[in-house]
Amino acid sequence: MRDLIRRILDWVDHRTGFETAVKNFLYEDIPASSGWHQVFGSVALFLFFVQAFTGVLLAFNYAPQPGDAYHSLQYIVNQITGGRLIRGLHHWGSSLMVVVVGLHMIQVALWGAYKKPREATWILGVLLLLLVLAFGLTGYLLPWDNRAYWATVVTIQIAGLAPLFGEYLVEFLGGTEGVGVSTFTRFYTLHVLMLPALTVLVMMLHIHLVRKHGVTPSPRAIGKPKKKFYPGQAFKDLMAFFAVFILLFVLAATVDVPLERLADPSDSTYVPRPEWYFLFLFQMLKFFEGRWEVVGAVILPTLAVLALLAVPFLDRAKVKRIQQRTLAFAVVGVVLAGWLALTVAADLTTPEPVASARETSPGAADWRLLTPVELAGRAYFRREKCADCHNLAEGEPKMGPTLATVSQRKPTEWLMAHFGNPSEAVPGSPRPATTLSDEDLNGLAAFVLKLTPTNAAALEAVPPYAMRAAVIYQESQCGACHVVNGSGEESGPPLNGVGQRRTAEWLEEHFRDPQKFDPQSVMPPYDFPTGDMKAMVAYMQALPPELQ
Amino acid sequence: MGKDPQSSSRRTFYQRMIYGVSSLIAASLTVPAVGYLFPSRRKGNAGKGWTDAGDVSALPLNEPRELAFQRKRVDGWKTSTERATAWVVRTDRELIAFSPRCTHLGCGYHWETDNDRFVCPCHTSGFSITGEVLEGPAPRPLDRFETRTEGNRLWLGRVRTIPENGGQ
Ligand code: FES
Repeated sequence: MRDLIRRILDWVDHRTGFETAVKNFLYEDIPASSGWHQVFGSVALFLFFVQAFTGVLLAFNYAPQPGDAYHSLQYIVNQITGGRLIRGLHHWGSSLMVVVVGLHMIQVALWGAYKKPREATWILGVLLLLLVLAFGLTGYLLPWDNRAYWATVVTIQIAGLAPLFGEYLVEFLGGTEGVGVSTFTRFYTLHVLMLPALTVLVMMLHIHLVRKHGVTPSPRAIGKPKKKFYPGQAFKDLMAFFAVFILLFVLAATVDVPLERLADPSDSTYVPRPEWYFLFLFQMLKFFEGRWEVVGAVILPTLAVLALLAVPFLDRAKVKRIQQRTLAFAVVGVVLAGWLALTVAADLTTPEPVASARETSPGAADWRLLTPVELAGRAYFRREKCADCHNLAEGEPKMGPTLATVSQRKPTEWLMAHFGNPSEAVPGSPRPATTLSDEDLNGLAAFVLKLTPTNAAALEAVPPYAMRAAVIYQESQCGACHVVNGSGEESGPPLNGVGQRRTAEWLEEHFRDPQKFDPQSVMPPYDFPTGDMKAMVAYMQALPPELQ
Repeated sequence: MGKDPQSSSRRTFYQRMIYGVSSLIAASLTVPAVGYLFPSRRKGNAGKGWTDAGDVSALPLNEPRELAFQRKRVDGWKTSTERATAWVVRTDRELIAFSPRCTHLGCGYHWETDNDRFVCPCHTSGFSITGEVLEGPAPRPLDRFETRTEGNRLWLGRVRTIPENGGQ
């Protein structure tokens, strides 16, 4: 048996050289001084494979289109077995990659391993760092939630600041018309096609050079007999992989990666916040105002990259023992301290985005500011007895979830499916199917989506007349000619403030016979029954004067 | 690579750890991946529920008609309404709704009044008015929807396959 395997392996090796290549790789000579401090490069390579693996998996269930991207990610996270874990691995993997690449560079810098003849290896390494950051930047947009959207708005703005080629850069990134479909597609293509290909290429060159020049020995190891990479150093590498992998797995399994609400370009209150490793840049921007902005946004980062590239040419002294490289320690220390200070400052001064976005969204706290569609939704909520199973605001526990906290996580389609047939969207839900039309269901969805933990109590307390009126408003299609709270067509006069302009009697009369007041009016008469009429007039009078 | 027993036992330890740890990492990545790529059916809710296929009061006896209707479809992250059809026959005994796909390789078939049979143009399978295979490569009778009538309206449930010998 053994013989047979040996013969097969020999046959394959003779034709492909695979076995010999693997052996050459494993039995590479490394200096006697090699050890734990040299595992970081391998760990970065390992993480690259983890990212590629999880990234491909994500792509299997991901729809690369704005909107759909968000919903498919929601589907991945909420419905697919292991989906949340895989997204977590990919997300935290990217953070760990930045950390490990950083540690790798620090190690090389402290030991002075970039010195002649290894300058090219260092330069390729800097390139790889930039590629890792580009991955982070482009991947950030792909969930297409509010955070992704607004962070990318900022990215594009910064790209536009670049002197000479800023405009072209923005065009290349598909941002000329603002962040949208083009931007998304460009970012996606960069993230899943171009950057991986480039990274593999540069990585191969980098590894080729590492092997060509060999691992840098410490001065004391020169002349000592060499070790083999396998199994001693291979073991150390693998243990490092394992440690990082455990950390990654625990992060992915326990820390939820946020998926905020769908990207909302109209949400002007959103304070975007970049990924932690870009926070220092974000903070630095605050120090430069007006026309100096370009300094913080483009010039300083460019200089920093150039300085990194120049390191092996600036430090040309002979190889020293690590204990004697005080200057290197000082420089690395100062850079790290600066980075840390900026990051902490940014973290302290940036508000948590989720809360601010929803709490201050204009007009959400008062039912008078809801559109008639949303208000009618509130009425359907009552009529369909949704409250049998759901609380709007926190209250005594009911069978279904409290809507103020749950609506942020479900897309409209899901809500519609749930209203139409609750047991289909939520298996086991006991509610019978509704009889509402699609249009009414839309209203219900619009209302539910409007709920936040802070406004739910206020929206629960809508007076019955307002609900009644909103339903009549919808049924009579008043919105086909009138605007209320920014919603509706503008062919007729806007209704906000009509209660201040007209008396109740006037309003009632006008409903009954519009032409009595204006013979040219195209409004049909509405002879509502008394109760309905009262509700409509009261609703008109309750509308706020103007929407700011 | 020393020859003394201590160094060789350390070498064995290294090797064992290397194999063990790499298998462990590989397994913790592949197991979730398999679950992820083959999402279990229990989470899906496609195929459940009934669809209103329309009014069948005007359906003549023994004359198959292709009914078109709107059907809700849960497809991954999307729930959409799509147009769907069914071949519906009223025989003297029952109302049958056939799935519009040939049981051979899934082409669309049609009713030929002259030949008094359903004919699939792809590989010329023929089916009787009750769906039995008359000729061609089709392996089993036409698949049927579960049906239910409410007043004049026909409701369709899921598609049921009838095994080769015609559902005994
Ligand atoms: S698909 Fe109908 S006969 Fe082949």
